[in-house]
Amino acid sequence: MSEIIKKNLSEIIDLIKKKEIKSEELANLYIDKVSKSKKLNSYITTCFEHTIQKSKEFDKKPNLNSLLPGVPLAVKDLFCTNGFKTTAGSKMLENFIPQYESTVTENLWKEGAILLGKLNCDEYAMGSSNETSYFGNVINPIAKDTVPGGSSGGSASALAADLTPATIGTDTGGSIRQPASFTGTVGLKPTYGLCSRWGIVAFASSLDQAGPMTKSVKDCSIMLEAMAGFDNKDSTSIEKKKENYSKNLKTDIKGLKIGIPKEYRVENMPNEIDELWNKGKSILKDLGAEIIDISLPHTKYALPTYYIVAPAEASSNLARYDGVKYGYRSSKGNDLIEMYENTRSEGFGDEVKRRILIGTYVLSSGYYDAYYLKAQKVRQLIKKDFDENFGKVDAILTPSTPSSAFKIGEKTNDPISMYLNDIFTVPVNLAGLPAISVPAGLDKKGYPLGLQLIGKTLDEQNILNVAYAFEKNCNFKNEIKNWWL
Amino acid sequence: MSIDKDKIKHISKLARISIDSKKSDSLAKDLTSIFKFIEQLNELNTDKVEPLSSILNTPLRAREDKINDGKIRDKILENSPKKNEEFFVVPKVIE
Repeated sequence: MSEIIKKNLSEIIDLIKKKEIKSEELANLYIDKVSKSKKLNSYITTCFEHTIQKSKEFDKKPNLNSLLPGVPLAVKDLFCTNGFKTTAGSKMLENFIPQYESTVTENLWKEGAILLGKLNCDEYAMGSSNETSYFGNVINPIAKDTVPGGSSGGSASALAADLTPATIGTDTGGSIRQPASFTGTVGLKPTYGLCSRWGIVAFASSLDQAGPMTKSVKDCSIMLEAMAGFDNKDSTSIEKKKENYSKNLKTDIKGLKIGIPKEYRVENMPNEIDELWNKGKSILKDLGAEIIDISLPHTKYALPTYYIVAPAEASSNLARYDGVKYGYRSSKGNDLIEMYENTRSEGFGDEVKRRILIGTYVLSSGYYDAYYLKAQKVRQLIKKDFDENFGKVDAILTPSTPSSAFKIGEKTNDPISMYLNDIFTVPVNLAGLPAISVPAGLDKKGYPLGLQLIGKTLDEQNILNVAYAFEKNCNFKNEIKNWWL
Repeated sequence: MSIDKDKIKHISKLARISIDSKKSDSLAKDLTSIFKFIEQLNELNTDKVEPLSSILNTPLRAREDKINDGKIRDKILENSPKKNEEFFVVPKVIE
């Protein structure tokens, strides 16, 4: 197997710019390994002919000034890709071929990237282990019986297994950061509104954000720069100038104030995670940052709030799947209503149905105030916790997840224990803030663990810088042995 | 809040999802435990708190009332599971 595809995105870009490798050669290296890695089940769709054709076109007339010159990239199967199947991990969209391109993927292609394939994910991004996908579990390349996390599990698995040099996911409650943590990779959820949601299969519109998943912090800054930007087609897109995250990346974090929220030290958290958190603190302290204890008192209410807000928005968003305009349609039923009911019953999986029912209930007449309105109020308190502390600190350091990757099937029968996986990631989505998960160490089993840096609104550059400095001084090394080949 | 089979029947009707009666017991059990979990919010007094409906501080942008799209009928029909020339086809609704 070639050493080249083990490299980071930034190194691969350098090779292309120096003309040491052609786009087509690179594409073939990935195609070869993807073809031999079906066991991981990280790809739902491949489009190799397209990849080769586009890479040939690039090599004929290479634009080396773009951010991702001739780089093949696979993306989460939640991004609509014009002419290529987009399933959202659901039977409902098994044969759906979008007639348009999502803004975020369009931005990547404009920067020279080339589509390599579509990556597995939890159905409609609802899950924390990639076990709700209609297309089957994804295997974490760190060990064959472990989940890669979710919902961007295929993205994390493919990235860690060198089946794509970088990728993108979406994060509604931790779906980029938790799988990044489980696979020893970097994942960033941007500020709500930084990346356009247009053309992304919707889950919970006030929380959904697309973001990069990469092997290094530098790669992350390149990808974010390529995908972010104002988009008229998304009414919640933020109007601001493009930033040069990769150019402005620096390791000097002297004098920065880093908050440590005491509420993130939860019951039953493994010692190893506490130790890793301490290691993170001392690395940043040695680099000249000031460590400050803070309190985010409503942290424990973030998950219960999320499990009202997200299903409520999902039940509304997923009302569009009615078997008429696109997607699966049941052949059973005597009238229109029965056709709807059977289509949705047969087309959606169990977790999606569960969340639609929760959402329908909390929005239903007589219960709206008690649940949905209550959750919106608590969401305000959670946001206030962050607002008040960001007067005192520049960034917040926490663990990314309360455990390392767990075994396939371990949590599928207990929804609450599955939901608890996102305990450290969900508050950030509710407050709309940017956060990055960086690999920080391995546990006793040799499984990776990540630390999370949370920033102020639109302060991506700052958390990238802290993460960059941390990465350079942490000496994390992912040990993936290609056992599936 | 305890969710029983009758409530499942009511909500699934609202959500237009038919639920197999064999599955409705386990679903009721799951939803009961989830509602018990989310009802932790009742510990908090939120009488004086404004609900947060959007994380953005600015109101949603309105675009100019100008046609910027169109002539995409075939594209829209492309993925329809059942169509007849320029129409989506649904089961008969009027006798």
